Amino acid sequence: MVKLAEWRGKDLFRKYGLPLPKGQVARTPEEAEALTRNGTVPLPCVIKAQVLSGGRGKGGAVKFANTPDEARVAAAAILGLEFKGEKVRELLLEEKLPIAKELYLSLTLDRSLRLPILIVSPQGGVEIESVDDSAIDKIPVHPFPGLASYEKRRAGQTLGLTGGPAKSLDRLLESLWTLFQREDAELVEINPLAVVGDGLVALDAKVIIEDDAGFRHPEWDDIQDDRTPLEEVAREKGIAFVQLDGNIGVIANGAGLTMATLDVLKEFGGEPGVFLDLGGTDDPKKVTEAFLLMAQAKPKAVFLNIFGGVTRCDTVATGLVEAMKQVPTAERFPLVARIRGNNEKEGVEILRAAGITSIPTLRESAQAVVAAAGGKA
Amino acid sequence: MTVLVDERTRVVVQGITGHQGTVHTRQMKQFGTQVVAGVTPGKGGTEVEGVPVFDSVREAVQRTQANASCIFVPAPYAKDALLEAVDAGILLSVIVTEHIPFHDMLVMYHYSRSKGGRIIGPNCPGIAAPGKAKIGIIPNVVFHPGRVGVISRSGTLTYEIVNGIKEHGLGQSACIGLGGDPVVGTSFVDALPLFQADPETDVIVMVGEIGGTAEEEGAEYIRHHVTKPVVAYIAGRSAPPGKRMGHAGAIISRGRGTAETKLAALSAAGARVARFPYEIPDLVAEIVAKQAHR
Repeated sequence: MVKLAEWRGKDLFRKYGLPLPKGQVARTPEEAEALTRNGTVPLPCVIKAQVLSGGRGKGGAVKFANTPDEARVAAAAILGLEFKGEKVRELLLEEKLPIAKELYLSLTLDRSLRLPILIVSPQGGVEIESVDDSAIDKIPVHPFPGLASYEKRRAGQTLGLTGGPAKSLDRLLESLWTLFQREDAELVEINPLAVVGDGLVALDAKVIIEDDAGFRHPEWDDIQDDRTPLEEVAREKGIAFVQLDGNIGVIANGAGLTMATLDVLKEFGGEPGVFLDLGGTDDPKKVTEAFLLMAQAKPKAVFLNIFGGVTRCDTVATGLVEAMKQVPTAERFPLVARIRGNNEKEGVEILRAAGITSIPTLRESAQAVVAAAGGKA
Repeated sequence: MTVLVDERTRVVVQGITGHQGTVHTRQMKQFGTQVVAGVTPGKGGTEVEGVPVFDSVREAVQRTQANASCIFVPAPYAKDALLEAVDAGILLSVIVTEHIPFHDMLVMYHYSRSKGGRIIGPNCPGIAAPGKAKIGIIPNVVFHPGRVGVISRSGTLTYEIVNGIKEHGLGQSACIGLGGDPVVGTSFVDALPLFQADPETDVIVMVGEIGGTAEEEGAEYIRHHVTKPVVAYIAGRSAPPGKRMGHAGAIISRGRGTAETKLAALSAAGARVARFPYEIPDLVAEIVAKQAHR
């Protein structure tokens, strides 16, 4: 999941010909002042923090300026902010437009229909979750014929558009549909989409690119998104790794088993701190690598829960013992293991020789690791 | 035929010359599956595990009458592999490959459906009917022929549960791993009717996880159409919103797809709900014991 900052989303919009306000990115107050002074960004203008969380308006991360001096002062104020844990490093300055009406529009995936879905509402500018269902129209779009003209007309009707703005919507939807497919987006959202004069303008842009399509989009490789530094390292190594609020690290194989392990720990009063899905592997080195990554998260205790199917228990045990040797004594933590399935006996023996006992039942092993982490958090 | 596969299933393995393709061809054969052909463009005329390799699925079908496909082809080429299988007349494809973009899968799913085909997966362990056939990568050792049907969104967790059922002295009629992606070819609502209609299945086990509404839709189907007892489990009760938990499809987004709503829906539909994975075999055994009394 690559969430694009507003300005990156708008760069994409521009590439596909969507209507946008005149604007430019600034990274310092001086830059903001210069952009407004030399006319790149017409005044009055709006200055917006380029962060990934929503609710910027209410959070003081959006300000207006009538003069270049005001732009500098506002930019300085926003650049100092830490918005919902994210430091503001970039600003988007845009001309302030006379808005007649704010609408909502998005394209995303409907998992149960297995179809893209176009969502429109005449009530834009607020979170779509807060809008009543009766004011939202959801239009499934089949990938083969693509977005049909009658579907675009239906969207226009729901949005209450006629004349110029309706024509503008027709072109905008065509571009957005193309962007959604070609850029492998899982979400493109314009909220608000503004009626300005005789046309439409996308005032905001929220674009999420699908991770799995990364091979077609190397241009996003360097975007860290809202992953933690360790999650970022894990992503590069192809390990499913999620940092949570607790103190127990969980290594299991398979997403379902890892999730189930977290659930069981929680049920016995433990607080999971890391979700690490080893996946299927027959390479002890990958196990070692994953385990060392886990060590960097500084868990109070680690629970290894493996059911060997495609993965062999002895492979995991070998990789684990090797990793334990590489963790400095001062940074070691209690480890509770449960390895079952394919080559279980060999795996248990390798662990035993290294002083680790494998507890065969999930219930008892979970209780043991909760105790090792210091009981109920 | 019990559920989708049986002794007459003739499998072509697409991507047979890769590591995974080769390893699992061997295991499918050991399970008793008729693996009749492999396909890797450019490797036609060779052999893998005693199975002839062809350059195209069309050739493989012409020469071996293959009627099902198992796809191990890497994600960037998986769409093409599936389209090729469908156009060669293959109506059942199991896609093991993970990380296929969902935009590709949308095209694959709707194209396959337009030709009357069915996809299992992607990012799935496949399907197995003990004593009959297996397409995919579910480990052979966890199975024992019996009368419990298993439908699951996960892989390893399923192996563990199926193994638990075996350790209770029970066996499986068939087990389908639906896959962990947001768009899958076969979902609970598609798989439940197969087990309901299968004369060799007495109990159905459903293993779901957070994300999407496939379990809720399954529950709705159970309420109206399933008369066999259902035992259900949902993984991810403790997962935080907005985080992808290993599977691309396992994400609570905008308050949707929580374990609570799924468990409530399944329970309301009359399913027995297990709170822990290890309770599933117990619940199944209890139901089977009651059925034996009748």
